[in-house]
Amino acid sequence: MATQHSKTAARLMISPAVILLFLWMIVPLSMTLYFSFLRYNLLMPGMESFTGWDNYYYFLTDPAFSAALTNTILLVVGVLVITVVGGVLLALLLDQPFWGQGIVRVLVIAPFFVMPTVSALVWKNMFMNPVNGMFAHIARGLGLQPFDFLSQAPLASIIGIVAWQWLPFATLILLTALQSLDREQMEAAEMDGASALDRFLHITVPHLTRAITVVVLIQTIFLLGVFAEILVTTNGGPGTASTNITYLVYAQSLLNYDVGGGSAGGIVAVVLANIVAIFLMRMIGKNLDA
Amino acid sequence: MGKITLRNVQKRFGEAVVIPSLDLDIEDGEFVVFVGPSGCGKSTLLRLIAGLEDVSDGQIMIDGRDATEMPPAKRGLAMVFQSYALYPHMTVKKNIAFPLRMAKMEPQEIERRVSNAAKILNLTNYLDRRPGQLSGGQRQRVAIGRAIVREPAAFLFDEPLSNLDAALRVNMRLEITELHQSLETTMIYVTHDQVEAMTMADKIVVLNAGRIEQVGSPLTLYRNPANLFVAGFIGSPKMNLIEGPEAAKHGATTIGIRPEHIDLSRETGAWQGEVGVSEHLGSDTFLHVHVAGMPTLTVRTGGEFGVHHGDRVWLTPQADKIHRFGADGKAL
Ligand SMILES: Nc1ncnc2c1ncn2[C@@H]1O[C@H](COP(=O)(O)OP(=O)(O)OP(=O)(O)O)[C@@H](O)[C@H]1O
Ligand SMILES: [Mg+2]
Repeated sequence: MATQHSKTAARLMISPAVILLFLWMIVPLSMTLYFSFLRYNLLMPGMESFTGWDNYYYFLTDPAFSAALTNTILLVVGVLVITVVGGVLLALLLDQPFWGQGIVRVLVIAPFFVMPTVSALVWKNMFMNPVNGMFAHIARGLGLQPFDFLSQAPLASIIGIVAWQWLPFATLILLTALQSLDREQMEAAEMDGASALDRFLHITVPHLTRAITVVVLIQTIFLLGVFAEILVTTNGGPGTASTNITYLVYAQSLLNYDVGGGSAGGIVAVVLANIVAIFLMRMIGKNLDA
Repeated sequence: MGKITLRNVQKRFGEAVVIPSLDLDIEDGEFVVFVGPSGCGKSTLLRLIAGLEDVSDGQIMIDGRDATEMPPAKRGLAMVFQSYALYPHMTVKKNIAFPLRMAKMEPQEIERRVSNAAKILNLTNYLDRRPGQLSGGQRQRVAIGRAIVREPAAFLFDEPLSNLDAALRVNMRLEITELHQSLETTMIYVTHDQVEAMTMADKIVVLNAGRIEQVGSPLTLYRNPANLFVAGFIGSPKMNLIEGPEAAKHGATTIGIRPEHIDLSRETGAWQGEVGVSEHLGSDTFLHVHVAGMPTLTVRTGGEFGVHHGDRVWLTPQADKIHRFGADGKAL
């Protein structure tokens, strides 16, 4: 891509894709922006009128909003911690030579291929159900009272389900990073008198920072928008105990028929996501250079 | 400090026997070079001594103690890898200090040793850089620095100069030799390079398929190769090996004569031949001469000997420089 000519050609070639992507994004975004300033309720069709910042005011002062914001942060951070720590440990385990390695690796990746809705339903009905679930059976087998996960610890349960889905992704990325670690570096550290723990802390972890950055960036983007798992398990409840911003927007616009309020929520979510993105880029994006 | 003894050491990788059985004594303060063709087990032998591989059988003694089962860190040896194996996320200073930090040494002592090593190796201006910002030669010096700060009983080098360009290689060769003379520590050095082996070694160990073919000082190997393999391996260009009636005249199955021990003349001599390729190196000229009934002979002559392709020349081997080998390949 050195010459002026090839640069122009390159721009020309990618322009259709860029323009399409841009329209794809800008049309819904501007319509949402437009709706967010309207009094637009599906129960009162034809009564739309301009209301200024009212929708934003109501959305932001709704007590459900601060609850949803906290839940969103807890969900994202909780899943990130579990998947990164668990992913590193699993990757270390899978990097050891053992019998049946190939099959075990495929099995570890498997949860990633299950659709969120399906896996959440399986968790809800087969594992966490207080009457028929596996965990309830085990608890009764041990002579304990079955625990109703989804109503007593709804957010923690959802964090568990989502973390289970994303653990394979983190493991996979971290495993490939681990395999690219120069063997001679490890041997040099061994000769330098570093214990297994020292080697992990001083060689492996620094080597993995870049991969961990990638995992954190990609997962954060997806985790901000977790929806299906909440919809099929708790419906955001009890109360707002497991409502995140995405679910709140859905509840506002489709359960309350308030398209204007929902749109305002959507715009707020976009703004928040961008703030998070800027922070992430600032804090860990620099790991990707060098 | 730094006497290493191998007794009946064997190494197998599954079915493959890489080192059948090997005995070797390395004296304190010696510079020992392992040479041999690719895949003959030089690196494996070095890694066995380092403790990075387990021996399949036999015993390794370091300073009289049995080190066969010791982990690498306990053996008191330092290794410089071919790929340097520097820690990319640490500065030069941290790289060099790493073994000392792992040994839980006092910070002042670490500081003192690191700056001392940096001075010896001319790295003082680069201490705050990362390995990625250094040239090959500088990286090599950092790797050596990381080895010397530990004050090990012996240094192990696995082809440390093979990634450097020719000029830098000559430089580093001198620096390592100088380092050996000032530290007086045992050094074991693996190389492919004839010149490195001949110039640096106190003792050369010639390996072939995991077996020791000959051990001796560079000049011993040059003057009295014990067998055909060593004769063909040591010396550059290679010794000319001649079989058949010409060898029978000397009562041997094979005779060998080095290119530098053949006299060249336009008028008279023992063998007459026709010049093929001539390689002019400036100071020397290597002629490839075709003589009837013999393989192509390489002859070294002065840089100014003007011959052309197809010229007829006479060759005379210096009688006292002819090596004779028996049917089993051993020197007679
Ligand atoms: N981990 C291993 N598993 C199986 N075989 C091995 C292993 N490591 C080395 N070998 C074999 O052992 C033999 C000696 O290897 P080694 O690396 O010691 O050769 P080398 O003399 O250092 O060669 P080079 O000069 O090319 O570095 C080779 O035939 C190689 O294929
Ligand atoms: Mg090797």
